[in-house]
Amino acid sequence: MLEKALRGNKYYWMWLGFLGTFMAIGAICYVRQYNYGLGMTGMSRDVSWGLYISQFTYLVGVAAGGVMLVLPYYIHNYKEFGRITILGEFLAIASLVMCLMFIIVDLGQPIRAFNVMLHPTPHSMLFWDMLVLNGYLFLNLLCGWVILTAEHKEVPPPKWIYPFVYISIPFAISIHTVTAMLYCGLPGRHFWLSAIIAPRFLASAFAAGPSLIVVAALILKRISKFDAGKKAIDKMVTIILYAALTNAFFVCLEFFVAYYSNVPAHKAALNYLFFGITEHGVTYNNLVPFMYGFVILGVIAIALLSIPYTRKKNEFFLGLGCVLMFISLWLDKGVGFVLGGFVPNPLEQITEYYPTPNEIMITIAVWCTGFFILSILYKIAVKVEEDIHG
Amino acid sequence: MDKKRRDFLKIAGISTLAGLGGPAVVDRLVNGTSPVGANAAREYDPDAQGETHKAGAGEHGEAAEGAKTRKRWGIVIDLRKFREDPELAEKAIKVCNYNHNVPHFTNKRHEVKWIWLTEFENAFPEHSQYHKDTKTLETEVLVLCNHCDSPPCVRACPTKATFKSPDGIVGMDYHRCIGCRFCMAACPYGSRSFNWRDPRAGLDMKKINRKFPTRMRGVVEKCNMCVERVGIGLQPACVEVCSESKAMIFGDLNDPNSEIRQVLKNNFTIQRKPSMGTHPSVFYIV
Ligand code: SF4
Ligand code: SF4
Ligand code: SF4
Repeated sequence: MLEKALRGNKYYWMWLGFLGTFMAIGAICYVRQYNYGLGMTGMSRDVSWGLYISQFTYLVGVAAGGVMLVLPYYIHNYKEFGRITILGEFLAIASLVMCLMFIIVDLGQPIRAFNVMLHPTPHSMLFWDMLVLNGYLFLNLLCGWVILTAEHKEVPPPKWIYPFVYISIPFAISIHTVTAMLYCGLPGRHFWLSAIIAPRFLASAFAAGPSLIVVAALILKRISKFDAGKKAIDKMVTIILYAALTNAFFVCLEFFVAYYSNVPAHKAALNYLFFGITEHGVTYNNLVPFMYGFVILGVIAIALLSIPYTRKKNEFFLGLGCVLMFISLWLDKGVGFVLGGFVPNPLEQITEYYPTPNEIMITIAVWCTGFFILSILYKIAVKVEEDIHG
Repeated sequence: MDKKRRDFLKIAGISTLAGLGGPAVVDRLVNGTSPVGANAAREYDPDAQGETHKAGAGEHGEAAEGAKTRKRWGIVIDLRKFREDPELAEKAIKVCNYNHNVPHFTNKRHEVKWIWLTEFENAFPEHSQYHKDTKTLETEVLVLCNHCDSPPCVRACPTKATFKSPDGIVGMDYHRCIGCRFCMAACPYGSRSFNWRDPRAGLDMKKINRKFPTRMRGVVEKCNMCVERVGIGLQPACVEVCSESKAMIFGDLNDPNSEIRQVLKNNFTIQRKPSMGTHPSVFYIV
């Protein structure tokens, strides 16, 4: 089936070329970072994780989001999702590849990455995260491929694949739960030390992942004969809305706990993220615009997705709503959550983080690699569909 | 309740405790907050490190019979002595940096620190006061790795590159570390540094200490309580330079007759962020 990725019109190749250019630039930037060390980035002793790990965290959510298609289709037999489940599975594959790449570019000694397996350490959450991420990647590769092959041959998928499909559902939950546990089990990081982190991660994931799938489905409808179906898309938008509202509710709870209890350590990171902190006459607020963006774009997205006209009548607004939702949640989890947790540092001093151009280029390149893989996988899926339905 | 009142109550509570139990309480603070019994009962096995944090703080010194056979190195830092001789702290920092080839970078982002001075309120954020007494205001505090008895850094490390030795020292294997920096996020004291670039670029290679390895870039490092010296019966370098004034006292927290235990018995000491449940092995006399 892979050969299907090799046939495409000129826009397809231009798109891949565009992504490939950024991948090449990013590769050069990575070589520079590799030779110099992570000092090429904006990270420091105080903010010891930066863009890489925050992208990783966000993308784990995007990968897990695909389960919102798999679950209704396979468990509740919701037939409308039949054609787009594959989009969810393939999105999970591309996202997980990005996750693993972000981990690798973040390691100080990437060559030793296998030490995690050579010296398995069950009390480290990173060990479990590695297991579930790779497990979920494997499950999605297997299920996606087998089911698509069956479709290609116009036969029902083999029976033995179903257990794997069912296992992939708790796996999707687990990847984001364990990723949340990387943060919420650390003493002294008050912003992260909250039991609501895992549910909040899941809620935002179930909005972000499906948002991207809806956008993809709308684009595919324009450029190919792949039509996800109005009903399926509408159902997904409902899922996105509920998930986004749940996430907003959880964020409000965090605010309540911090500000009503008035415990300084709990307020500190929220203060920094949303209002900025002034200390010794210096104001630190470089993340405030991002957090405002998160709130404003989130409100607009929720509005666009709930007002009947923009939701049902106008595909442009529907797509825009989903794009804004994706960006809004990215600002929250892909920027604010990880970076904000490091401010103030354990000695209650403030160090701000500014990513370097080199670091940003590597980050963009990893995203482009993900979209490159996604484009190829979607190309195959669409071609299979087109071959069947003429 | 304002901060002053809260602190008053805290101190009042502690004094009552001290009044009731006297020195026995100090003993208990040392033993009770450290699940040494649990640790001592287990042979050292780096692959079983995670067990350490399961032992709760509720265990009593009495239960720690076996502890007598096992050491737990600790340090008491007497801030009064450092106030008397302001140069002492610099000396301690210098000797550590020299002994361990700790690189110096002017770019703050690349900074590597094993032991350094910080304001009282930064070292002890839980001890904030509304109007500080002048002494506290003036005091800069030497901070270093606490060699926690229940170290979150060890719990977080996915490769056991940071590990707790049977003598309580939390050490690093620079050759195993993958540089994921999970331990840095996990340490509630900011004791860890990462080699953001080749540390040799921050050293005068002609003047390095040849007896201690320099590190490679991409690994984490921190105070190692001078394992290389303690192992051959010496005191940590920073303790040694202060030996005349006894500003720092090093010894076995599990030996009731050790000097450090006598100091702990006779002085009111505090630890950094005790609420984190890490059970630090570094104590401060204010
Ligand atoms: S102070 Fe930090 S680095 Fe040192 S043992 Fe405790 S947690 Fe680990
Ligand atoms: S940076 Fe090194 S020591 Fe720290 S957690 Fe990762 S592997 Fe362990
Ligand atoms: S104990 Fe040794 S390693 Fe630690 S700060 Fe003192 S001199 Fe440095």
